[in-house]
Amino acid sequence: MSETQDKRGRPAAKDRPFLDELEAKPFWANLKEHKFTSQRCSACGKFFGFPPQFLCPHCLASEYEWIPLSGKGKVYSFVTYHRAWHPAYQDKVPYNVSLIETEEGVRMMSNVVGCPPEAVKIGMPVEIVYEDFEDYTLPKFRPAT
Amino acid sequence: MANVSGKFAIVGVGETLVGKRPEASTNSLHLEAIRNCLADAGIKASQVDGLLTNQPLNDAHRSYAVRLAHMAGIDPTYATDLALGGATPVALVQHAVMAINTGMANIVMCVHARKRSTPDPSPGYAIRTGDEHWEQPWGHFAAVATHAFTAQRHMYEYGTRSEDLAEIAVATRKHACLNKNATMRKPMTVSDHQQSRMIVAPLRLLDCSLESDGGGAVLVTSAERARDFPKPPVLILGMGQHHPHFSLMDAPSLTTLGGKKSSETAYRMAGLSPKEMDFAEIYDCFTITTLVTLEDYGFCAKGEGKDFVKGGRIEIGGELPVNTHGGLLSQAHLEGMLHVTEAVKQLRGNEVEAERQVANAELGIVSGHGGNLCMHSTLILGAV
Repeated sequence: MSETQDKRGRPAAKDRPFLDELEAKPFWANLKEHKFTSQRCSACGKFFGFPPQFLCPHCLASEYEWIPLSGKGKVYSFVTYHRAWHPAYQDKVPYNVSLIETEEGVRMMSNVVGCPPEAVKIGMPVEIVYEDFEDYTLPKFRPAT
Repeated sequence: MANVSGKFAIVGVGETLVGKRPEASTNSLHLEAIRNCLADAGIKASQVDGLLTNQPLNDAHRSYAVRLAHMAGIDPTYATDLALGGATPVALVQHAVMAINTGMANIVMCVHARKRSTPDPSPGYAIRTGDEHWEQPWGHFAAVATHAFTAQRHMYEYGTRSEDLAEIAVATRKHACLNKNATMRKPMTVSDHQQSRMIVAPLRLLDCSLESDGGGAVLVTSAERARDFPKPPVLILGMGQHHPHFSLMDAPSLTTLGGKKSSETAYRMAGLSPKEMDFAEIYDCFTITTLVTLEDYGFCAKGEGKDFVKGGRIEIGGELPVNTHGGLLSQAHLEGMLHVTEAVKQLRGNEVEAERQVANAELGIVSGHGGNLCMHSTLILGAV
């Protein structure tokens, strides 16, 4: 076990985002200001989805804008972790991880918070909440009010 | 394009002992598999001119295939590493066919080993899975959770239950109990499955495969050359791949995966259909993977997997024996290499314990599945 590998030689899990990922810097910078954004292609008009990339995955154009999303969406699928793979989650099990589909049709990994994991259902309407840490903000979702 | 169906064959198989192999290294497991395969095929390493493998997960190399070839005394005119996760072993055979078909090699060693049960004494640099930056910040770390997303969605769309998944674990364990080289040989019941602890809901401990040490290898050559080998050749009749997404966030579907298109390509190449298969070795990293693949392969309609796997249908002696060796769930998890070697042994006949030999086995299908549910490969094999 080291900082970079676990005892089976797999890359060590991290509990924070990789903020230096060049393509994603605006995403994290916008979140810091509580703006939830995704790239939209200026040529074909489609959202890139996640993870961010420099060329459009639909038409390979280089021009895009970071567009604010409504922050509303639905749970596409979800799981409940009963085991912690990282020390930071030792006290958090059982916890939810969900695939959220936003109103704009973009899917991302996140957590549904503000309700017990057993209350989460596929198709459940959710809305964004911002969880602030010292140097970044994580987008999470709660049941829509 | 000329159809290659039936023009290439597997002429050797090698398996190592599996389970906990603390005395072995990643390299030695590969080499044992190669040695056993050469012995089975009755040839020397110097007669092999191609080698295909996968990178060790804990020891990334510039080229592991070239390193391994020379560690084994093979001087390859064709060698490369393939990286399709658990879809790799099946893909090794496909690439061997492609290399021989172009004249780049004549006899190709396909080898795959893993050291995941006991620590490797000399680990190197770990390989990235590719999406961790967009999963780990929200606490998503594990392959079992990736597959739990599919299980949850399958339950929602088709009413599949955890008890249905248990049927797969139980049938697979029955087969492992008959296999001397299987890790888990204690019988399991549906109730054992239901009482096993939740790992990532809706998947329980007994929905999960093992972490294993061990290796396997197969030797591929032309059907013409195959006649010179001592054992009956097993013909490669159909091949397919499909990789419908990379990121889980980008998956067009969580309940129909790459197996659909991959198997359609393989059936078309072979001129065969699902109902002609005598058995199936279906990738089973988790029970849900087997269920979805059986549907995607056309053995039953989408959503009917939960009924298909019941009543002994997928057991030896049933309509479609599945994972006759005990699979990744109960034999060993070597990313499906032993699904390939098992299929070859079943088709040759008289090579596995008599109680788990599929009667009159003439045609079998093998699946590989890897990554974030995103990679898939298929082989259809036939006895001569």
